[in-house]
Amino acid sequence: MNAEQPTIPRIWVFVEQQEHQVQPVSWELLGAAKRLSADLPGSVVEAVLPGHQVANLAPQAFQYGASRVYLIDNPVLEIYRNLPYAVAVSQLVTDYRPEIFLIGATTLGRDLAGSIATRVSTGLTADCTELSIDPANHILAATRPTFGGNLMATILCRRHRPQMATVRPRVLPMPEPVPDATGEVVTVPFDLREEDVPVKRLRLIRAEEQPNIEYAEVIVAGGRGVGGPEGFALLQELADALGGMVAASRPVVDAGWMDASRQVGQTGKTVRPKLYIAAGISGAVQHRVGMSGADAILAINTDPNAPIFQIATMGIVGDLYEVIPALIRQVKGQSYDGQAHL
Amino acid sequence: MHAVVAIKQVPDTSNVRIDPETGTLIREGVPAIVNPYDIHAVEAAVQLKERLGGGQVTVITMGPPKATEALLECVEQGADRAILISDRKFGGADTLATSYVLARAIETINAELPVDIVLFGKQAIDGDTAQVGPGVATRLNIPLITYAVAVEEFDLAARRAVVHRRVEQGIEVLETTLPVLLTVEKEIAPVRHAPLPRLIAAARYQPEVWTATSPVSFDPQQIGLKGSPTVVGKAYTPPPRSGGEAISVADLGLEVVVARAMAVIEQAHVRNLHSESGVVS
Repeated sequence: MNAEQPTIPRIWVFVEQQEHQVQPVSWELLGAAKRLSADLPGSVVEAVLPGHQVANLAPQAFQYGASRVYLIDNPVLEIYRNLPYAVAVSQLVTDYRPEIFLIGATTLGRDLAGSIATRVSTGLTADCTELSIDPANHILAATRPTFGGNLMATILCRRHRPQMATVRPRVLPMPEPVPDATGEVVTVPFDLREEDVPVKRLRLIRAEEQPNIEYAEVIVAGGRGVGGPEGFALLQELADALGGMVAASRPVVDAGWMDASRQVGQTGKTVRPKLYIAAGISGAVQHRVGMSGADAILAINTDPNAPIFQIATMGIVGDLYEVIPALIRQVKGQSYDGQAHL
Repeated sequence: MHAVVAIKQVPDTSNVRIDPETGTLIREGVPAIVNPYDIHAVEAAVQLKERLGGGQVTVITMGPPKATEALLECVEQGADRAILISDRKFGGADTLATSYVLARAIETINAELPVDIVLFGKQAIDGDTAQVGPGVATRLNIPLITYAVAVEEFDLAARRAVVHRRVEQGIEVLETTLPVLLTVEKEIAPVRHAPLPRLIAAARYQPEVWTATSPVSFDPQQIGLKGSPTVVGKAYTPPPRSGGEAISVADLGLEVVVARAMAVIEQAHVRNLHSESGVVS
């Protein structure tokens, strides 16, 4: 299989699909791969698509920038399980020796990537937030936060190939699809049988309305200063007006005002919205670790010395029960024509 | 039932601070703790042992001599045996080299007393890679279940277990053969206070120390820096997010404050504020 020009530097992206729905991070990664490709002479951007009856997803991969899709279609790949996916993709890596292999840092991607890297004995950088090609030696510079976001580390994999990285969803921009783009589909034979898979899915207990605040573009978060569970209705109204979601700091969750799935911070979730509105949150470091990656932070607090003001794009010293209703009126007044009604 | 739990001693990252002068990480005075997820993995192993009416829980860690403290905490928590895998030659290991050492160690432990389950915390809070558990499962060639939140069934005789795993869509209920490797979320088992007899036992306990050559002869090419494909090119503190201005409703009045806040919201390019016809800001 290695017959075709092994010298072409291939930049691969894993296309994650479940129930035939592609995780958007896969397309974000194709966009990133395109940019990397511009700095890596002669390179091509290709997509790896395992699953069952997923050939219909290949055109989307072309539209987002892949010139070729490796389609691994087999009933054992219908539902994601570590072993068959790791075996199938590792075999493909061994056959084609890509230069770079990018995988979304999702639950599935992080489960899979470590297994592939171990099978093919290469380096893997986890949960990156930035990718570039080192112009001097054409290797991948994969940057990631570590020590709870206190330190950034740029990781290099000098000699082993592929250079693998998982990349956090939502940190890289979504590319514009090119409607007419086409490419080549390479159908990859894979003959693992169900009897050879040691893990079976018995059932999936679907979470109803599981809030996925990690993906929210706008978050309106409340802290102890909100005063009680009733106050979150107001935050929800602002979040709805902005097309966002409500989150909370730890004391709020500990007090039972909000569900733990909405907790932002060290022991909760890390979010990177475009806009983070912190209402009545003092901003302890454990909270800041989870939200300081937001593009813009608007903080509202009655205490002018609240640490949240140190990192806020704009801090408002005032009563959230006065400021937020006024914001809601403003936002609702201008949602559809883009003009503020002042 | 024999469970092996791999743990890591980590700096308490919630206490890590940045030196404002040099912009570097201040490590002194930062308490070293057992990685929070790992303590739940130990607890899950101990509870499994209780549920099955007996067995052994072996805890291992690769780290400096100081990591003995972390092992002793696991003994307090109910571990029966603790092994420190420690040698300067292991220094600088990335996740590939670490998974090699832990997998070889578990193979050795398995040869003495067959292992039914291996547990890891879902990730360590210092590196946050979540890669070592999957790497070890792959090397041991046993099933891997990450983000485990419950062990519904554990049938030693039938060599099967049913495990709940958290995924984006909800909870996946998986049936697996044994032995299996789980990486666990905190919900897998709430941590209980160690009873006094355990504290006394731990005070007297001396963990075994394994080196790079004894009792296992680790391949020098696969450990430490040599066995690590990745290197840190550079490390830097993220440019501290500088705060903008703080304005006060009392000083400027509500209307001005809200108008300034709206400017921030518009500049954030929030999707809902972009109409089809016009562009904000």
